[in-house]
Amino acid sequence: MQLTDLTIHQLHDLLRAGKTSSQEVTQAFLDRIADTDEHVNAFITVCPQEALQQAEAADARLKAGDAAPLTGIPLALKDIFVTEGLRTTCASQILNNFVPPYDGTAVAKLKEQGAVILGKLNMDEFAMGSSNENSSFGPVRNPWNKDCVPGGSSGGSAACVAARQAVATLGTDTGGSIRQPASHCGVVGLKPTYGRVSRYGVIAYASSLDQVGPVTRDVEDCAMLLGAVAGYDPADSTSVDVPVPDYLATLKDGVKGLKVGLPKEYFIEGLDPDVKKAVEKAVDILRELGAEPVEVSLPHTDYAVACYYLIATAEASSNLARYDGVRYGQRVDQEQGLIDMYRQSRAAGFGPEVKRRIMLGTYALSSGYYDAYYLKAQKVRTLIRQDFLDAFNQVDVILTPVAPTPAFEIGEKTANPLQMYLSDIFTIPVNLAGTCGMSLPCGMSQKGLPIGLQLIGRPFGEETLLRTAYAFEQAGDWHQQQAPL
Amino acid sequence: MKITRAQVERVAQLARLALSKEELDSLTSEMDAILGYVDKLNELDTDNIVPTAHAVPMENAFRDDVARQSLSTEEALQNAPAASDGCFLVPKIIE
Repeated sequence: MQLTDLTIHQLHDLLRAGKTSSQEVTQAFLDRIADTDEHVNAFITVCPQEALQQAEAADARLKAGDAAPLTGIPLALKDIFVTEGLRTTCASQILNNFVPPYDGTAVAKLKEQGAVILGKLNMDEFAMGSSNENSSFGPVRNPWNKDCVPGGSSGGSAACVAARQAVATLGTDTGGSIRQPASHCGVVGLKPTYGRVSRYGVIAYASSLDQVGPVTRDVEDCAMLLGAVAGYDPADSTSVDVPVPDYLATLKDGVKGLKVGLPKEYFIEGLDPDVKKAVEKAVDILRELGAEPVEVSLPHTDYAVACYYLIATAEASSNLARYDGVRYGQRVDQEQGLIDMYRQSRAAGFGPEVKRRIMLGTYALSSGYYDAYYLKAQKVRTLIRQDFLDAFNQVDVILTPVAPTPAFEIGEKTANPLQMYLSDIFTIPVNLAGTCGMSLPCGMSQKGLPIGLQLIGRPFGEETLLRTAYAFEQAGDWHQQQAPL
Repeated sequence: MKITRAQVERVAQLARLALSKEELDSLTSEMDAILGYVDKLNELDTDNIVPTAHAVPMENAFRDDVARQSLSTEEALQNAPAASDGCFLVPKIIE
């Protein structure tokens, strides 16, 4: 077993016992990145020098007996997290020279624990995409099959963990952007309840939907990393002042008597047969472990994608208005005045999908169309959220596939934006409802691609999600499968 | 048609995007297809439904009105494409 194969909890034990050092572990991951990233393209920026300095400081802390759970653990961050003194691009040309003057809250929390930051990860530009093909730094490749996408938008975050280039990573999830790539890459990913993790210092896409979450090798690591970044933050007015439970304390409590809801709207025609089989097998395993499957209904599921692409694009058009070539980012200089400078800078700096969403959102918010599109979508959002609240009167957790198919091929869906949007059909409703969901490996397709299981919990019900996921994971060995890279 | 090419040009103006003819052409057909798809929301009667702006209901969240440290002028300007005398520089707007 190599150092780069280990989990956070395994490395933490080795570091505490003095059996290895953070410098040794960090160097092992840096070597692994150097050996593999030409095939994966998970990183936009690697920072070996800074990482080794952080590792040295962590080793001193470990020696002094002052170690936190993440002290000396090499992690990597989606390039949407602003990092002091470290270039942050959001995978966009408009920010390709942006060096933030501060750390966001989640990053600051990791640094306080003494975690090592290996670098910044590739993603769909401004987190807009489901395949990581919308990056201006080139597509990320799936470590299980280099012809396939890793999913998106946190494609780099998921591929990096699957390729064993970092122990764990942080991503963000607006419509499935942690769960869908985690599913396609065979790793664990969790989107917390809206308000659970601070968004301060996270570049905004759709502010009422965006949420920060962990991508890890197993469920125990997921619980540790979530615990490290969760919590109220006065700097984010939408973070919620609910105490953070000790997720590890209840992790191994099992699922006896737990009611697991199976929404009939998610087991539809068009679901890939391998995915269907793997998810049904997961239901059987949970039943054997003592859980009670119950059919539930989420009647407005079919409207979620339409609802999302109005709300998310409207919020994006507003959020991305700040890229005007004045305070930061790229400027196209010419002589035709201020407005033209805005227009030219934005046209040169944004990629096609970002332009498409800004256009759609601007239209949905424009005079005469606001009620028909944006307000209508907000009303449908109420119905979708109510579906989940009603279902959670009957069950403790909801179980579904993460995506209708395993990872698709690079280029397969780029010609048809609408077809691409529909690949998020099972993850989008969770963001609209504002509740929590996670993805964990539950099988392999006949072509050897990972299949993910989605668990959805009540608002602030992350403990139940994690304990259900842990019970399922420990009953099998899907989390121990390694991408052939 | 859900949207015309002239409307798309108008939206591009509002969005401050200088788009090429080719971009305007493809956006017209793509936006038309997407708007056709989202039309399905009209199957639902939402007359008496309260809109959801945020999934977590909350009122205005205010901090105590206490001065605290923020970015220095130098830090705030460090990423500016053009700056001078502690200010952001933009093209001339008054002749």
